[in-house]
Amino acid sequence: MDTPAVALDSAHRPLTVPGFPRPLKAHELVVNMGPQHPSTHGVLRLELILDGEVVVDVVPHIGYLHRCFEKHAEQMANYQQVIPYCDRMDYVAAMSAEFGYVVAMERMLKIKVPERVEYIRVIMAELQRIANHMIAIGTYGLDIGAFTPFLYLFRDRELILDIFEETCGARLLYNYMWIGGLSHDVQPNFTDKLLKFCAAFRPTIREINNLLSYNAIFVKRTADVGVLPAETAVNYGASGPVLRGSGVRWDLRKNDPYSVYDRFDFEIPVGTGEKGTVGDCWDRYMVRVREMEQSLNIIEQAAAKLPAGNVQEAIPKRIRPDAGEVYARTETPKGDLGYYIVSDGTASPARVKVRPPCFVNLSLLPAICRGALIADVVAVLGSIDIVLGEVDR
Amino acid sequence: MTPSEIVDLLGRTFDQALLDSKTEGVLNSWALVAPDRLRDIAFFCRDDERLQFDSLMCLSGMDHGAGILGVVYHLDSTPLGHRIVLKVKVPAADPRVPSVEAVWKCANWQEREAYDMVGVVFDGHPDLRRILLPEDWDGFPLRKDYQVPEYYNGMKVPS
Repeated sequence: MDTPAVALDSAHRPLTVPGFPRPLKAHELVVNMGPQHPSTHGVLRLELILDGEVVVDVVPHIGYLHRCFEKHAEQMANYQQVIPYCDRMDYVAAMSAEFGYVVAMERMLKIKVPERVEYIRVIMAELQRIANHMIAIGTYGLDIGAFTPFLYLFRDRELILDIFEETCGARLLYNYMWIGGLSHDVQPNFTDKLLKFCAAFRPTIREINNLLSYNAIFVKRTADVGVLPAETAVNYGASGPVLRGSGVRWDLRKNDPYSVYDRFDFEIPVGTGEKGTVGDCWDRYMVRVREMEQSLNIIEQAAAKLPAGNVQEAIPKRIRPDAGEVYARTETPKGDLGYYIVSDGTASPARVKVRPPCFVNLSLLPAICRGALIADVVAVLGSIDIVLGEVDR
Repeated sequence: MTPSEIVDLLGRTFDQALLDSKTEGVLNSWALVAPDRLRDIAFFCRDDERLQFDSLMCLSGMDHGAGILGVVYHLDSTPLGHRIVLKVKVPAADPRVPSVEAVWKCANWQEREAYDMVGVVFDGHPDLRRILLPEDWDGFPLRKDYQVPEYYNGMKVPS
């Protein structure tokens, strides 16, 4: 019997998948991955269109975690109330999300914040970057079948969360950076704790490299897999380690400096194709490992120069910006986080639009996965490092 | 190029299509352009040697109130390091804007989001479906006159 070229449904109409441009062929199979799949790191549903083991296309379905951030922001009574909502976008890197918002608001209000505030913010943002990459790397190992590195990284992540908790009382959602200042000054033993953490974490990075980065099985699963060419990455608006993994040296801390990042000496690691091709999963992974080392350098430099001062002296009593708009972007652990804030001259924002790095990076998934094997989808998804709270907002 | 040079260049090249602009006294210089020429302007911005706007940083759907919707494009040139904001405004009764998906791929999902939230229709978009809300959701939540529906598929919507 001849197999029909096009798959038909029970009413003999061609079968289609919304988001996939043509009708399915008879031998193509649609497999649902998620929304409750361990490797999707949240609630993400992927429709995989398969030809045998080869991925023909991926149709991501997002929005399960949509919490109306932009609508909430418009409904707030004032600009400060938006900050806790920023925390809840990328909940594993809440400091970085707050940082972007306060940078945007301070540009709009033309506030000059004290040096001490800037230094503490940079330290907190870099600690947050390390904490985020610990999760990204740990769970990436987990996705691919390496359990142990995850435990080592989560053990050390506690040290960072302890510092955050001592400073502002919260371990995950901080509401720490305020427009013009900080909610609390740091504890007297802050710099000691930082230096102790840096000393304790450097050996862990070496351990992770031995356990995971250069592990033969891990390299086989990630090198030459999910290659993302640089020009595709730029055209799709990729940012953060996803872009740098493709060899593009682009980091807003250097390319569009904000806060006091221009005063520190650090490098921007990029993918070099050391184990396979430039822009493969291993490169994206390794950029994160190397960024953690660079963040430690920044923390040590900032801790050594931490100026004295009052962290609350520049906080405005009443925020009512002139009608106007600002677009500001910062380098979060996952990429360029942009805030487009429009003021109509009243005390609450007229529009807060977020350009989330995870959302834009996730839109690359179909482009990377086409032609890959089904087992590699997990490896590619993990290497993009998404948090659905930020994708869906 | 400075923002005013960029706006001048757009004005010389597209003449009637440049409706308004502001480069002084604003944090991000912008140019309001005619929606029907937007696609040509976008291609020009990306491909012209003097501009080289290779990166669409952010695409935002807007409701300006009074029956006017809009889209805001924040452009960045990574090789030349300059920036410009393009804006279009369309009536809410017929909110059609040409898609720039063919120019910058990252517009694909962001245009779907603007459609989902504000209801701007992007002509020429290859796959214009809702992205964050369910397919059968009624209305566009980020419109200023949006009323939360009482029921969704028979379920009470908490207010």
